[in-house]
Amino acid sequence: MPNTSRRVLGLAVVALLGFALFNFPLLSLADGHSGPLGAPALLLYIFGVWAVLIVLAAVLRR
Amino acid sequence: MTQKTVLVADDEENIVVSLEFLLRQLGCAVKVARDGDEAIAMIREHRPDLVLLDVMMPARSGYEVCQMLRDDPALRQTPVIMLTAKGREAEIARGRAVGADVYVTKPFSTRELSARIRGMLDLPEA
Amino acid sequence: MSTLPVATVLAVSLAYLGLLFVIALLVERRIERGRQLVRSPTIYALSLAVYCTSWTFFGSVGVAATQGIGFLPIYLGPTLMALLWPTLMVKCLRIAKRDRITTIADFIASRYGKRRGLAALVALICVIGVLPYLALQLKAVAAGFTLLTSGSASMRGGLFGDTALVITLVMAAFTIMFGTRHLDASERHEGLVAAIAFESVVKLCAFLAVGLFACFVLFDGPAVLFAEAAAHPRLSALWRFETSAGGWFDWSVLILLSMAAVTLLPRQFQVAVVENVDEAHVRRATWQFPLYLLTINLFVLPLACAGVLLIGPALAADDYVLGLPMQSGHPYLALLVFIGGTSAATGMIIVETTALATMISNDLVLPGLLHRAYAADLGRLLLLIRRGAILIVALLGYLYFRYAGEARSLVSIGLISFAAVAQLAPAFFGGLYWRLGTRSGAYAGLLAGFVVWGYTLLLPSASHSGWLPAQWLIEGPLGIVWLRPQALFGMDGVTAITHGVFWSLLANAAAYVGVSLATRADAQESAQAALFVGALQRDAERPIPLWRGGVALPELRALLVRILGEARAQAALEAYRNRHGGRVDDNDPGLLQHVESVLAGAIGSASARTLVASIAREAPLGLEEVMHILDEASQVLHYSRALSARTRELRDANRRLQELDQLKDEFMSTVTHELRTPLTSIRAFSEILADNPALDPDERARYLGIIIRETERLTRLINQVLDFARLEQGEAQWRIEPVALGAAIGDAAASVRQLFDDAGVALEVGPVPDDWWVRADADRLQQVLLNLLGNALKFAPPRRGRVEVSATRDGASVCVAVDDNGPGVAAQDVETVFEKFRQSGSNLTAKPQGTGLGLPISRHIVERFGGRIWVQPRSGGGASFRFTLPLEESA
Repeated sequence: MPNTSRRVLGLAVVALLGFALFNFPLLSLADGHSGPLGAPALLLYIFGVWAVLIVLAAVLRR
Repeated sequence: MTQKTVLVADDEENIVVSLEFLLRQLGCAVKVARDGDEAIAMIREHRPDLVLLDVMMPARSGYEVCQMLRDDPALRQTPVIMLTAKGREAEIARGRAVGADVYVTKPFSTRELSARIRGMLDLPEA
Repeated sequence: MSTLPVATVLAVSLAYLGLLFVIALLVERRIERGRQLVRSPTIYALSLAVYCTSWTFFGSVGVAATQGIGFLPIYLGPTLMALLWPTLMVKCLRIAKRDRITTIADFIASRYGKRRGLAALVALICVIGVLPYLALQLKAVAAGFTLLTSGSASMRGGLFGDTALVITLVMAAFTIMFGTRHLDASERHEGLVAAIAFESVVKLCAFLAVGLFACFVLFDGPAVLFAEAAAHPRLSALWRFETSAGGWFDWSVLILLSMAAVTLLPRQFQVAVVENVDEAHVRRATWQFPLYLLTINLFVLPLACAGVLLIGPALAADDYVLGLPMQSGHPYLALLVFIGGTSAATGMIIVETTALATMISNDLVLPGLLHRAYAADLGRLLLLIRRGAILIVALLGYLYFRYAGEARSLVSIGLISFAAVAQLAPAFFGGLYWRLGTRSGAYAGLLAGFVVWGYTLLLPSASHSGWLPAQWLIEGPLGIVWLRPQALFGMDGVTAITHGVFWSLLANAAAYVGVSLATRADAQESAQAALFVGALQRDAERPIPLWRGGVALPELRALLVRILGEARAQAALEAYRNRHGGRVDDNDPGLLQHVESVLAGAIGSASARTLVASIAREAPLGLEEVMHILDEASQVLHYSRALSARTRELRDANRRLQELDQLKDEFMSTVTHELRTPLTSIRAFSEILADNPALDPDERARYLGIIIRETERLTRLINQVLDFARLEQGEAQWRIEPVALGAAIGDAAASVRQLFDDAGVALEVGPVPDDWWVRADADRLQQVLLNLLGNALKFAPPRRGRVEVSATRDGASVCVAVDDNGPGVAAQDVETVFEKFRQSGSNLTAKPQGTGLGLPISRHIVERFGGRIWVQPRSGGGASFRFTLPLEESA
């Protein structure tokens, strides 16, 4: 059980981190730039963080 | 008729003395062993016609000696009387199990024991 | 624009709906035939994707084309929420399974004491709040249908005069077929869930198809698309946060709003909680559901760019997804897209209306019916009510669309619904984690939030549609400026949604917390509060009995039959019987609990509570009793730990007792043997003397001597046993005084010297200073010395034996040692030789001398003198028995 609750806690921390990464001011750092493929950097940033969150969730859920 | 040889195995001196007296009265030759190992050695050596075995002896218990006797084809027919101060049912059953012919509880009646021995050795009435 | 014939679109759409229905039907058939369908966690995650409706499918591109990345918070929120599911969702699942909760209204009402009023309020909020959302789906499908068949988005004058109404009726029919096939106790719809999962795959594939089409067919890859978009003045502005998505506050509010919505929307609660078959599935959904959201959003911005570049203002932005393949001459890709969008809408409508219909029947209609005595099968009636409710909800959604929503964008309609269900958040999350939240607080919060929501969001939406004069929006009601519904107290500069969400949730949360703190929960409420808040700690499978007494079996049976019908009532009772060892008694409070929980699955917990209360003769438990039960329940774990420790103690004690018993047996056997041995000699020689009067005098004297000695031996033995008994019971007399140790050892040695000489064992006594005085009882000290000497003699080898007695001073005490050169004491016997009834070695071979009481007696005595006794091996073989005695102070 200690492992399970630690993972649950880990996921909650990831959620909190995600909320911070998806909001001002961190989000504004990527604003206004242009990234690879000419796509807006803001978009790439959001999808990148999003993907990392999903990977963390997949790793932590076991 | 040849004299019968009886082995008495007991570590209690006074009891050995009383048994010796009774057996001589019956006209038997008596050999005495003080413990289990000695008893086995003397049985091998003297081939007694009867063995009187105490259960509680140093070195080897009477049960072990009796079991040994029954496992040896040459000695298997030797009649055995077990003597014990432990009169409980379980011990009597154990004595029977290892092949004792008669099981006598101490203190015993000398008259009864003499009659038994006489019967087993096929001796004439005194 | 290339269009398709109405018949083709109609046929394909109906065929697709038919396919969904067949999937559902096949799954249910399999289950009815007893085949355990393996419900995989992936199916669970896919069914959760019912979150993505035509809002996502058509509306996101619309938002992206007008507000840039503003479409994203609606999916980022659920992603963050999913990370919390392993604790939050699991908690909900435990509660829902225990209380057989079937809707979100049921869940909230159950938390605050299972009252129907609260359930009805939540149901009402859900129905009214979700209507715009349903309207959105109808609008999307109707618009898509019209566009696909006519090339223009005008809704009027289609083949049936009103496409949306037809779609509404078709959807309602399908929902009735899917959702109300039977009145299931657990309200699970396995077939429905399978169809929804399938639907999720279809809409994802369709959306990815059109996304890839836009990137790689219409443009030469995303790089080209983005490059062209960057050159477009309006589009490049959309990519910047500051110039597109509104303020940061709006953005954050949308994330939070969608976090609430993904948990509280009736259809999400339905698939996530009610339809869940295995708690473990949540773990995979934690990453699969966010992955689904990410995937379906990948092409939103590219599609929006393509739409703006290629279509521009010719179509509404919400229509770009469908318009792109149509405009470029790919009508069948457009048909696939339309099927995907229809799929998204269908899934939402079916699950949402099913959930709403359950709420309406259980929480709004049924309470009115319960008071009347319907002799007829209430179960059938319930099904009819639910079917009617589905139709009514669908038609209400149509009416909203027709008269309020036509002019507005998909997402702005949907957000009004999100804001409505978010009103459940304080009561819901507070109920899960805050034990002090009360029913009054929940009422107050819900009402306050709902009223503010209506004022700031619903009424303005009606005004925009021309149902209310728009004037009051600008000037405020009755000209009161600070009451303007979209700028309360002058709050300006945020979107209407953010404004409404902020004020409604502020009022809601403040009322909930404030009233909760000001009021006190009743018994039923406190019990439920404890069960909800502590759901993860407590054994969730075991309901706490909250009924004092029971009800006669026939009465309960009748109640079950009335609601569930004969067969399922019987099954429910069998289930209880099997769980309780095949016996069901009248007046069993546990059975009452079981019946309540079974009924809750069919008619909701509040109604079930009312029904059971109506036949229970006794009142439910009072607050004190409930709190007592709860405290007990929370202590059960503690008790069971203590109990197992106790059991272990008892088992140990028992084993010690058995050991002691066996020792006692051995002791008795030994004593018997020791008594019989001298008796044997005495009897034998007595009989010999009696039978042989002619024995010569020498022999006669010898035999008489044996008799006398054996009699003495017998006497000693009896004395020792009695002595030990006295020592054990503390009845012995003691005369403690200074004793000269040297003299005592000398006396003991002298009295056994003859025995040693007879046995041929040497006895040597070391020097002891005359001034060594010990505090002891002289006779008892003799006894100890004689015991040890006797013991040494017994184990010393005959003829070459050697026993040494010595004394050494050690501070304030003196140590006496009796050493022999016998076999010594085995290490494992070092302690036990001093225990009563014990003897070293086997009692069959090593013939014991005495009773085996000598050493235990000696220990008693030495310890009485304040010393201690032990045995240790002697270097060079043999045993060294030693004891200490305190030296006399004056010495």
